[in-house]
Amino acid sequence: MTEEEFSDINGNTISLDCQSHSEFCKEFTVSVPKLSLRKVMNYTCAVWLTAYAVFFATDNTNVLSAAIIVTLVGMMLHLHFVKIDHESMLIIGSLGIQISASYASGRESTSFIEMSKVKDIVINEAIYMQRVIYYLCILLKEPSDPGGVGAVVPLFQVKRSKHFAHNNRNVVIVMQYKTLYTLFSHGFTGMLTVLYLCLFQSSKPRLNCLEEVYKSCQDILGQS
Amino acid sequence: MVLKIFFPQCCNAADSGLLIGRWLPGHNSAVVLAVIHFPFIPGQVKQYLNQLQSLTQVDLTVLGSWCKPSEDQERVQSFLKDLSTIFPHERWLQLSSEKGKKRFSCLVNSRGSKVFESGDKEDKGDQVICIHYDQCKVMLSQLHPAQGGILNPQTELSELRLVFQTVSQSQALFYIDKYDEGPFKLTHWQSEGREGSILVELSKQASVPVCLVLAWLLSIWYWVCKSRILNLWPMRFVSSKLSSCIQLSHRAEHLQTISVPRKAEDHTEFMRKANIFVSFLVDVALGLLLVSWLYRENRIGQLAETLVPVADHIAEELQELLKWLMGAPAGLKMNRALDQVLGRFFLYHIHLWISYIHLLSPFIGMILWYVGLSACLGLTFALSVLSDIVALLTFHIYCFYVYGARLYCLKIYGLSSLWRLFRGKKWNVLRQRVDSCSYDLDQLFIGTLLFTILLFLLPTTALYYLVFTLLRLLVVLFQGLLHLCVDFINSFPLFAMGLRICRSYRLAAGVKFRVLEQESERPLHLLMEINPLTYSAVLQWYRTLTYSCYPKDSWGALCKKLFIGELIYPWKHKNIKTD
Repeated sequence: MTEEEFSDINGNTISLDCQSHSEFCKEFTVSVPKLSLRKVMNYTCAVWLTAYAVFFATDNTNVLSAAIIVTLVGMMLHLHFVKIDHESMLIIGSLGIQISASYASGRESTSFIEMSKVKDIVINEAIYMQRVIYYLCILLKEPSDPGGVGAVVPLFQVKRSKHFAHNNRNVVIVMQYKTLYTLFSHGFTGMLTVLYLCLFQSSKPRLNCLEEVYKSCQDILGQS
Repeated sequence: MVLKIFFPQCCNAADSGLLIGRWLPGHNSAVVLAVIHFPFIPGQVKQYLNQLQSLTQVDLTVLGSWCKPSEDQERVQSFLKDLSTIFPHERWLQLSSEKGKKRFSCLVNSRGSKVFESGDKEDKGDQVICIHYDQCKVMLSQLHPAQGGILNPQTELSELRLVFQTVSQSQALFYIDKYDEGPFKLTHWQSEGREGSILVELSKQASVPVCLVLAWLLSIWYWVCKSRILNLWPMRFVSSKLSSCIQLSHRAEHLQTISVPRKAEDHTEFMRKANIFVSFLVDVALGLLLVSWLYRENRIGQLAETLVPVADHIAEELQELLKWLMGAPAGLKMNRALDQVLGRFFLYHIHLWISYIHLLSPFIGMILWYVGLSACLGLTFALSVLSDIVALLTFHIYCFYVYGARLYCLKIYGLSSLWRLFRGKKWNVLRQRVDSCSYDLDQLFIGTLLFTILLFLLPTTALYYLVFTLLRLLVVLFQGLLHLCVDFINSFPLFAMGLRICRSYRLAAGVKFRVLEQESERPLHLLMEINPLTYSAVLQWYRTLTYSCYPKDSWGALCKKLFIGELIYPWKHKNIKTD
């Protein structure tokens, strides 16, 4: 069990925790820093100052109570649906890959992909806003066509932003020679019209972190 | 290859004995279903398994042996090893738990009598994962295919699906509990006694006669519906436009689905029936609540008393509006003569309407009293009746709208064809296109004159059309909201939602694994839990099919229709089903 410090694409520190349960069962957890107090204070102050300004102009006390309710509900919703505490990926040789994200409120969303549906794990490159970023993703098999690649499942990408997925669909430049080879040997020709399931999407780690995960995953995939 | 053993949690504390289960074909994995304890006669076990196989269509076999920590463990173990010669097998599992250790160890003997332990480093070809599962939950849960796809029975089943299927099919194995006088004792999830609910059993008993009564009532209802008077043209036309009639036929269809006395064939059909039944019950209960509220303290009388003044008031407001339009509305200068004609026409209409309402006013209380009783049929029916009443009371607005729209539409069509004439073109009906055409001077003169007249009269009609369309849209919006409510109650899968909240394992989207704590020289132990469906997925899967009440057109099409003056209706389109 090792824990290492990495940074995400925005330069924030994240930690990658590799836990090896056995030779063919490994767990990778990417932990995102906790919600900073300063950020919470900033947002709360912004909402309350606006509310106070409106109150000053209109003399309506309902505005103030509405501001309090908005802050509380907004914080709860943020903790429950948006703020991710850690994302993890459990890979079990010959059984499958489990992706889970746990939110700051304790809610967990998990999905399990059976090994018979997994074709490979690759690192892809995508244009995101004005940057080029890397992400890990799972290639899925098409049920009707076992030779071809049915879908690309980006790993660690729980929060599926539309923009992100759209860009991925059009601009997927495969990074490593091996991955390139894998894709083309799986019958990739022309445009990619595929689906994705990203890993670590909300934490968005940098390439060096992804490479580490990628290597361990390939070890396990190679065994079975 | 890694060998996967699916092991029920309840068997962790079982006495020593034989493991009963199934090797999954095509996968390197075994599902343990139960443990048979000592003492038993091997012949009887074989016979019992054959019986079960023919009953459940699952090829149950003896997978291996299970050994519990005890004083003479070594003796028992050697005995168990000997047992492997009695039962035919490809591979023989030897699971044994020891004192002081939480997890059991595992030995696999292949037919070539090669023995290797799970922790053995030299033989990497065969490693073992023990996956603990909750037998009760796995048996009762229904695994849904991912991403809304429909499970194709021809395609090869995935491993997990096979596990779920095996456990749920071998239900007959779980009927023997420890109080049964049988040749041998078993350990499985029901071995402490069979679980069941008195309510469920009673409702099962009651369901058949209830279904028969329902079917009889429905047959009477359909006989009435088929009678000749109701099938005459005006009746049919009116009933197809009244939302209460549509709701009634809808409910009758639902009841017919429930009243089939056969047992539901598969999970989907069962859930559909249960959803319809529960939503019907809730609907009727809400309707009864509404009735009890309405008929207490003579609320319905008060409602009737307020209804006529409100209708009067609306008519007066409309008169005011028309008078405003007849002057110079918002400072616009209208064509005075046309304005006066239109205004008087509509005023006369309102006058007719008011006298009609006053003629009706003595009976409104009585009508409402009887119509209010129909809320016993359900809240949805009451809402539909309300929608119909609103439609009837705002009939004058509808009339105005139709007149305005027709006039406007005529003008628009006239203008468009005269505009073509103005440019020296015409619409070719045969070829469905615009052709050029040479007109005479007289034709051109008359056409251009008419075009000018129509163009200058357009603002007056457009204004009337605009005002009445806005009024109509208000009514349509209100009716649309009512229809949405009705549709929501009709299609909301209450039973599935309740199941998801109270017994979340019953509706599974998949599974999730948790690694149990590791001990040295022990195989990897995982805990398999059931990942319940998300609420949105439950809605998607189990929504009852209803006739759509959403507007058929998109917003753009609606705006276009409004612009060229086509009529818009809130009525349901009966032949369109949404899924």
